[in-house]
Amino acid sequence: MHSFGYRANALLTFAVTILAVMCAMASFSDNLNNPSPTAEVKVLSINWFQRQPNGNDEVSVTLNISSNLQSMFTWNTKQDAFNGFFLVGSGSSYCRKDDRNSASQKVFVFLAAEYATPMNSLNQVSLWDGIIPSKEQAKFWVHTTNKYRFIDQGNNLRGKEFNLTLHWHVMPKTGKMFADKIVMTGYRLPDEYR
Amino acid sequence: MDWQGQKLAEQLMQTMLVAFALVAFLIGYWIGSFQMMLLIYAGGVVLTTLVTVPNWPCFNRHPLKWLDPSEVDRHPRPQPVKSKKKPTKQK
Repeated sequence: MHSFGYRANALLTFAVTILAVMCAMASFSDNLNNPSPTAEVKVLSINWFQRQPNGNDEVSVTLNISSNLQSMFTWNTKQDAFNGFFLVGSGSSYCRKDDRNSASQKVFVFLAAEYATPMNSLNQVSLWDGIIPSKEQAKFWVHTTNKYRFIDQGNNLRGKEFNLTLHWHVMPKTGKMFADKIVMTGYRLPDEYR
Repeated sequence: MDWQGQKLAEQLMQTMLVAFALVAFLIGYWIGSFQMMLLIYAGGVVLTTLVTVPNWPCFNRHPLKWLDPSEVDRHPRPQPVKSKKKPTKQK
């Protein structure tokens, strides 16, 4: 502590160390949060169900996805400072536009269909995904066709029973990202091509 | 700074930084704003820098008592004793 430079160095080092400890505590405080998310997906209609020329089945569905993920947001969840408007309409999925290209993450959500076939014991096909920028927008519903194509490896989809699983990844401001999901069962594809 | 001042500055620095960190964390957690926590802590760091780093007069209240030059002649510097034996060689 004998000189200006020595004191400034000691202070800065100690301050940064304490900052690291504070960020660790903030990350740890996320474990105290007990989230209670809900989700529900309704398959409104099977638009078409065809076999492609290369032998694979393909389905197009219209879905209504409604969910409440507000309890996942804590003080340590990354959020936008600026909220843009979003487009929701039939045929287009939930998307968000804003003026600044702020790449700050929030909660990533995606919906996957899961089923078993003789070839693969577990198939997971992602049908839709989105980004939830803030807690206010975490209670949402989406009416959309599947954003990504639902194509099987083979022609096993006729009469197939499948689960729809809503996954989410929560991005923190500091610390570990955690992911979880809700499995919804009881969906079935038609027995014949349409 | 003198010795007492240095000790005081170091203690002050550590106490102030930890105190500001605790206050910032608690307030930030309570109001749910990560950004506010960082702002309070940054303000605390700046304040601590202003208080402990510059050479304020309060840190110089116990100045070192240097020896008077006339004392030097009364206490001559001791000379190093040269050893004549080489310890490893034995004949």
